[in-house]
This record gives sequence, structure tokens and C-alpha cells, in this order.
Amino acid sequence: MPTVTLNKKEFEKLVGKKLPIKELKDRISMLGTDLESIEGNEIHVEIFPNRPDLLSEQGFARAFSSFIGVKTGLREYKVKKSGHKVIVNTSSVKMRPYTACAIIKNMKFTDENIAQIMQIQEKLAKSHGRDRKKSAYGLYPSSIITFPVHYIAKDPAKVKLKPLGIDKELNGLQVEAMHPKGREYKWVADAWRKQGFTKYPFFFDNNKQVLSILPYTNTEDTGKIDENTKEVFIECTGTDLENVKTALNIFCTMLADMDGEVYSMDIVYGKKKITTPDLKPKKMKLDLQFVNKHLGLTLKESQAKKLLNRMGFGYLKGTVLIPAWRNDILHQVDLAEDIAIAYGYENFEPIIPEVSTIGKEIPLEAFKDRIRDILVGQGLIETTTYNLTNEKEHADNVLLKEKFVRVANPVTEEFNIMRKRIFPSVLKTLKINKRHEYPQEIFELGRTFFIGGKNETGTFEEENLCAALCGENAGFTRIKQIADYLFNHIDSSYDIKAIEHPSFIKGRIGELSIKGKKIGFLGEIHPQVLDNFELEMPVALFEVNISRLFDLF
Amino acid sequence: MGNVQEVVAQLHPLERNVLPHLTSSSTLDEITRKSGLKEVEAMRALQWLTNKNVLTLKPKSTESITLDENGKKAMLDGLPEKRFLKTLTDGRKQIKEIEKEAKLEGPEVNICLGILKSKLAVNIDPGMKISITDQGKNLLKADSLEEKFIRRLAEDPIIVDELEPEEKFAFDNLKKRKKIIKVVKKNSWTYALTDFGREVCNADLSDAGADKLTPDMLKKGTWKKKKFRAYDVKARVPAAKGGKTHFVTDAIRYAKRIWMDMGFEEMDGDIINTSFWNFDALFTAQDHPVRELQDTFYLKTPANGKIVDPKIKKRVKDAHETGKGCKSPGWQYKWNEDDAKKNVLRTHTTVLSAQYCAKLDNPPKKYFAVGRCYRNEAIDWSHLCEFNQTDGIVIDPDADFRHLLGYLKQFFTKMGFPEVRFRPAFFPYTEPSVEMDVYHPVHKKWIELGGAGIFRPEMVIPLFGKWIPVLAWGPGIDRTFMEYYGINDLRDLYKNDLKQIREMKKWMR
Repeated sequence: MPTVTLNKKEFEKLVGKKLPIKELKDRISMLGTDLESIEGNEIHVEIFPNRPDLLSEQGFARAFSSFIGVKTGLREYKVKKSGHKVIVNTSSVKMRPYTACAIIKNMKFTDENIAQIMQIQEKLAKSHGRDRKKSAYGLYPSSIITFPVHYIAKDPAKVKLKPLGIDKELNGLQVEAMHPKGREYKWVADAWRKQGFTKYPFFFDNNKQVLSILPYTNTEDTGKIDENTKEVFIECTGTDLENVKTALNIFCTMLADMDGEVYSMDIVYGKKKITTPDLKPKKMKLDLQFVNKHLGLTLKESQAKKLLNRMGFGYLKGTVLIPAWRNDILHQVDLAEDIAIAYGYENFEPIIPEVSTIGKEIPLEAFKDRIRDILVGQGLIETTTYNLTNEKEHADNVLLKEKFVRVANPVTEEFNIMRKRIFPSVLKTLKINKRHEYPQEIFELGRTFFIGGKNETGTFEEENLCAALCGENAGFTRIKQIADYLFNHIDSSYDIKAIEHPSFIKGRIGELSIKGKKIGFLGEIHPQVLDNFELEMPVALFEVNISRLFDLF
Repeated sequence: MGNVQEVVAQLHPLERNVLPHLTSSSTLDEITRKSGLKEVEAMRALQWLTNKNVLTLKPKSTESITLDENGKKAMLDGLPEKRFLKTLTDGRKQIKEIEKEAKLEGPEVNICLGILKSKLAVNIDPGMKISITDQGKNLLKADSLEEKFIRRLAEDPIIVDELEPEEKFAFDNLKKRKKIIKVVKKNSWTYALTDFGREVCNADLSDAGADKLTPDMLKKGTWKKKKFRAYDVKARVPAAKGGKTHFVTDAIRYAKRIWMDMGFEEMDGDIINTSFWNFDALFTAQDHPVRELQDTFYLKTPANGKIVDPKIKKRVKDAHETGKGCKSPGWQYKWNEDDAKKNVLRTHTTVLSAQYCAKLDNPPKKYFAVGRCYRNEAIDWSHLCEFNQTDGIVIDPDADFRHLLGYLKQFFTKMGFPEVRFRPAFFPYTEPSVEMDVYHPVHKKWIELGGAGIFRPEMVIPLFGKWIPVLAWGPGIDRTFMEYYGINDLRDLYKNDLKQIREMKKWMR
């Protein structure tokens, strides 16, 4: 989630009220943003992905001012007609079919607000634009543009431009290879190529002057805003029209709050034409009965209206007017949440209703607890390790060749498979504890993972138990005594037959079964395995499949 | 402490053993030697006697001399210079011959030559041949001071402070040579008797009393005539060892107990799930950042699963694409079944909540889970890629937001955090959404635990078939364990250090 830094003085000016620091902190948190810290004149907040409109100081102040009751209700913004057009070459830009554009006039640009705008452009593209894949945005001084503007995809190798910050003519592919933004966002174009799109979208003006190459950068000649700029052309492009329109509305209202004047443009999609930005509110009927039931409140319409106003909504005869910069209101539940936030989460009374249900544990879990009690009675200590582990410990070290459930994107090679057995984890535990006193007698209960079975994932999982003795006198007899003790106490018994197993000393390993079903093995660990775990004490252990054992009851 | 009789009556057999030697000695070593006890036993007796005000113990470090590896060799073969000299008894020799015959290595031969020249035991001819002098022949007849010293050392280590003048001379010479002797610093103890101690030493120790009540005494009734030695009840005893469950198990058992006491039934399910259940069923759009590789572990083998229930698949797809049947526009994009088939390690136990919503029949119902979850995160003090989460759902036609807060407050109060704060938050599948913080009474700070909310209609309707309020939560739980056990690094919960597990206090809530 993006974190933004607000200038506290500027913010307070925009809000129209200065709150004591403690109250400011509290109110910011309770509006539905995660306050990180306030340091001097800087407020650091984390913005949730459903509220991209809060990314700018202006947008945040607008919402906050309503929330604390300074200026409540729907803010209205005027949009005048610019008379300019953007012509979309619909057949070529299929990889990024939509654009929404506007012109802002009478702006007073300063170093500060330019920096602010750039910050929002980046943060919005990161979150709302899904790292430019879903949408991206550009601003240009409109004085050097000859309208209409054209949105069209072309072969990048054949278009030459001077990218922002590089005073040299390059073709599109060179921009991709050399410009920092080219390198950073090449993956977006790579994804297009995978879908069969080899052209890149560009903005040109009517004099065939290149304005920008997407998803990378503006040009040095047309894409640089400075203190002399008075008018800007804004374009938002993307794969989802609603997403693109919302982004444009967020920009336009932010610039309007910086005293700019918003002018609309006609976007021509072949025979169809849309006009953007559309800052008129969207409408949704309020189902007050549903909202009251959802929240456990008994709000009257007038109260609900006040609360909606505090969240920046308008309300007219049962209809909620939703600001054009919000796209997170899909359903009554979303209105309910905003009403709850305005009401104050801290003002809800937490209650436990009288609903009669019976508590119950998974029987296998209860069974595991019984096993723990029995083994603890034998003086064993429980250890617990990760299911996520590595092949070295779970195959190589124990002299087995195995196919494991494997992770595609491990953090480190230490954690790249899901284990099939517990005993290698237990040997690892013993290795870690070499400096402590012996004997060490431990057990672990845990999940094991296998490829196959009938589940929809093509894998299945079982619970296993491993009990192990390590020390000078650890041996077959004592571990078998413990196994007998355990099985006696759960009123069961097992059959054992000699088998061979690479992890164990030949002639000192038995397979355990009940009614002909294999449930585990018991024996003394092979010295080579001990050596692989750097252990200098013998180990005797058994491992039992608890899921299977439990099913046999 | 003051009564001589009382102290005498409490004397342990070990103490009785050392008492007769106390006045004639002053160190632990002497006592050990004279009493014939093992050193640990003598030390234990002296410590007990200190507790009884019989004596005062003081640590003392002594330097003792023992033979080093070359010294041990010299014991068998003689000192190198002696071996050098012996080779000359049958005539003059070149230095190379001597080196070979006397089996001298490296610089030893030159050192020997230096020593022997200074003792006037050899002559060097102009032709570089070496011959033995009369003085040398005399030397061969008797042991040198150094050799005598080595012989003594072979029997017993010698304390540096107790060296005789002649030995001191030999010691100083040998000290300069390579690995003949070594000086070991040893920490030991001296003691001094107190006035009270001297009284105890003079007391009559003949009536020892019985040390142990034996089965034989009970069988024969001889206990009736016995007096039993009184124990020093304050004496420290060695630590006991025992079996134990892991402290995280204890904490999880407790957390589970709370849910069950509130009438919740435990949910069961796999850790490996399809993205369909982990994300899509939870109305998490397919381009949502949590689904990216840097947040979620995907499987390489088997990479893909399948979606078994066609009805639920269709409904979930519709909810994403158009919100059909949910009075919502949905996320407005083309839902891709291939993305939904990708296998993942569950990122939350909420996957179980979704599956239970889909198979549930007669509400009201309350379910919980505690289980392992996985996030693709770099591991540090506050992040694990495998961690525990607790999920709960309440499916109840009459449930509302206040109940959600009520259940959570009750749970965390019982977990030891009566102060709970609820803040607005965002999750794709809940509305309203809540972030929970608990106040740590000792550290005086809020600890962020995780999310809760009421499931969205776009999630509930595809799974359950129609709208019903479902309260849900899924906070991480390891952090509350950490606070209780006074652990500052999450990794320490699963480091499996046996000493840590043995010594960890029990979960006492």
C-alpha cells in the first residue's frame, strides 16, 4: 500500500481547521487511513487501495475536512468545454484501448506543486494503475501542442523521439533500453508482446510531433512542465475505462483545488464519442433498513444524511450522490461502511448476541493432544518446526531420492519444498541443539505434503508424529518401549517387520503397520545420516502417520 | 545460625567427612586429598558448611606446572641435548649425522649445540666435526636438574609458588624451551574457619543419626530406635528435568479453548489450495497486488489444480465480472480460469472460512481455525514466511457489526489484552472492514494484529447461494504469544532451542 507524505501546514490550510496533534492523529486513523507518524511538519500516512483519491494532499484534505465537520457534503466542480479533441485509433491500441483526457487552464505552477503532482502521478500509477499495467498518466504544457491529439499504436522501432531527460533522438526501442522508465516498465510491454501486440501506443499532436511513448515517458520538448506553464493537457490511458476515468477525475479535482480551471475534451473512438472528465456525481439509492441492520444501528434518514455528508457524499430524497473521484462504492455495504466510519467505530457498543451453538474441536486435533500428553509423560520435549523446508535436509541428508511439493518462488533456497516426513526436521532440531546437554529426547507433530490423491489441488496432506532419542544410550530398545507405551495408552497395538531403509542402520529398522496398513517406521539412524547432520550421538526414532492411525480407530 | 548442637545434628555425611581435616588444612585441594572425596563432593561440603557459618570460602587461583608434549617425549627418550651427546660417545661426528642419529628435528639441533657449548660439553673442530669433552662425559653419567624436574613433573603437577630453589632454576630454563612444560592456571578455593566453626570442629560428632529411612528399617521396625539426621531445608538442590509440550502449542490450545467456550466449531482443511479458494472466492480481483509473486507462494509442482464445483465457479466468475446476482457491478474485467487454478500455499486461514461458507447448510453457525499460513516475505524479527493465524466466522441472519466487535473484544480480553481498538481498514472481501490493535499494558503501546469485517455480498452470495451476514476475522496470533513469553524476535518462537523450551514458563492464562 502506498505511503504519502503530507505537508502539515499546507494540509491544515486546505482543511480549514487546525487540530491538536493528538486529535489529528486519532481522526486520521479513524477516517480509514493508516497513520504511520507525524514528524515536525510532515504527516506520513498509508493509503488503502480502495481510496486512491486520498493520495493527494488536496484529496486527503477534502475528505478530512468533511469528516471533522468543517466542510461537509458533496463538493461540486465546474467543467467548461475546451472544444479540443483526442482521436483514438481504436484498431491499433487494443493492448491499452482507453483514454480519458482534460485540459486545465490558469494554473500557477511552483516547484512545490510540480513536485507534488509528480508524486501523485507515480503513486497513483503504482496502486490504482497496478504499476502502469492497468493505467498510466501524463501531463504536458498544452501551449506547444497542436490539437487534435492522436492516440495511436506504432512500431516503436520506427518512431523517433527525445525522451524526457535525454537530449538525443532515439527510437522507441532505444528508449526502452536506455531510459530509466523504459527499463523499469519494460515488463508491461513484454506482457503485450506475449498477447501478440508488437506495437506500442503513442500520443502525437496534429503536427505529428511525438508527445509520449507508453508506458514509458513524455518527450523532452513537449512533456516538461515548469513555472512558466499556465495550461496543461492531461491524458490517462489504460485497459479499463472506469479506472482511467476515475484517475482523470482525481487529477482534475486535485488541480482544481490548486485553483486551476477544468476543461473537458471529446474523446473520439471511431463513430463513438465520449466527453471527459465527467465530474457529475454517480447515484445510488440508500437502503437505510439494510444499512441499519448491517451495522446494528437505528439511524433515522436525517442522521444517515448527516453521516453521509461527513464522508463527502451528497444526499437527495433517498439517493446518495457519490463523488466522481470515488470508484469504491459498489453496493449498499460500501455505503454502510462509510456511514459506520462517520458514526465512529469507537462509538459502536461491542456485544455478544445470545446465539446457541456448540463448540467443537476437530477430532484429529484432540487426538494429537492425547498423544502429546502420553509422550510428555515419558519425559519427551515437544519441538515444532516449519513445514516449508529444503531438499538438502529432507532428501540428500537422509539418503533418499524424493519428489516434493515444490514452491515456484521461494524466498531462499532454505525454504523451497514442503516436507514429506517429520524425522529430517527432528534431526535438524538435534543438530541445532548439539551444545546442550544429553540425552535429548524430543517429539514433533506436524503436517506432511504429497503429490497425488483426489483433491482439487493434486496434492494431499497428512499429520505425522516423530519421536526421537539422542544420546550415548539412545537405541532400539528404548524407542520401542516408548512406541509400545504410546500404543498401549491409545488402546491399540502395531505389527512390526524388518525392512530396509537407507536412513537407518541395516537390521535395526522395522516397519509399523496396523491391520496390514503401513503406518510408520522405527529404528536406529544410519551413521552416515548422523554425519550429514553433524551429529556425534546416536539417534533412535519412530515416525507414525497420525491421520492414518486415527482413521483406523 | 549459632547453636553448635543444631548444626552438628544437620551435618550431611559429606560434611562429616571433611570436618576432621578442616583445622589441619586451608585449601580445597588439601581437603579433597585428605578426605578421599571427589573434588565436587568436597566442594559441595565446603559450600554447605559456609552456609552454616562454619567457614568462609575464598576463590584462589594457582599456577601449576605440567609436562607438555615435548616434555613427555623427553621422559621416554631423554632431553634432546642428552640424545645429542650420546651420539658422540663413539667418536667425532658431522652435525648432519648427529641430527639423524639423535632424531632431532628442525631447529632443535642448533639449540642443543648452543646448550652443550655453554656447558663446555662439546668441542667443534676446525673441520666442523663435533666431539665430546670430559665435562660432557660427566654430564652423561648423571641426571641434570632439568631432567630431575621433568621426572618429578611426570608424577604430579607442581604448584609454581611451592618450587624449591633448584627446581626454580630448572623451571626457568625449561620455560624458555619449546613445549617441554606448560603452566596451567587453575581456579581453586581456600577457606578460613570461623570462631563458630572451630567450636563445631571440636564438638562430638559420634552421633551421626540415620541419613536415610530405608525399607529395611520399616520392615523390621528398627526406625523406632533411630534418630534421623536433620536436613538443611534451605539447601539448594539440582534442577529437575521433565517432558514438556512446546510453548506455542500451549498458547494455541488456550486460544482454541476460548473459541470453543464461545460455541465455535473448529474448521479443518488443507494448507495447499487453489488460487480460486485463496483469492477468487474471496472476491479478490485477479490483478490485485496480493496475488503477485512477491506476496504469495505459488507452487512449481504441482503448479495447477482444478475447480471442482461448476456452480460455484460460475457464480464467483459472475461476481468478479459483472456482480450478477449481488446487486453490484463487480470488478468489471474478464475473469480468467487459468489464474484461478494456480496452486498456492494458503496466505490466510480465511480460505477455510470461504470453504465452510460454501458447504454450510443450517445457520446460525460459528466456526474457527488456528493454523499455519504463508507469505512471501523476507524473514526478520517481525516477519516469518510461515506463521499462525486464527480465523473465525459467524454465519447468522441476525449478525451485525456490533457483534463482530463483541466477539473480538471477548477473545482478546481472554488472551490478556482487555483494551482493544478498532480502526477502519480495507480488505477486498469485507465491508465494513476493521483493523484490530490491542494495548500492551507493560510496554504501553498498541500492537497491530490484523483484520476483520463482514463478508461482502459478492463473496457470500456465490458461496452460500444467497445473502446472509457473515462476520469474519483473521488476525495473526504469533505476536500475542511473543508478548506473553517475553520474546522480542518472532523467529525465536520456532528456534527449537531445547534449553529455551525447557526453561520457558508455562502459559498461565
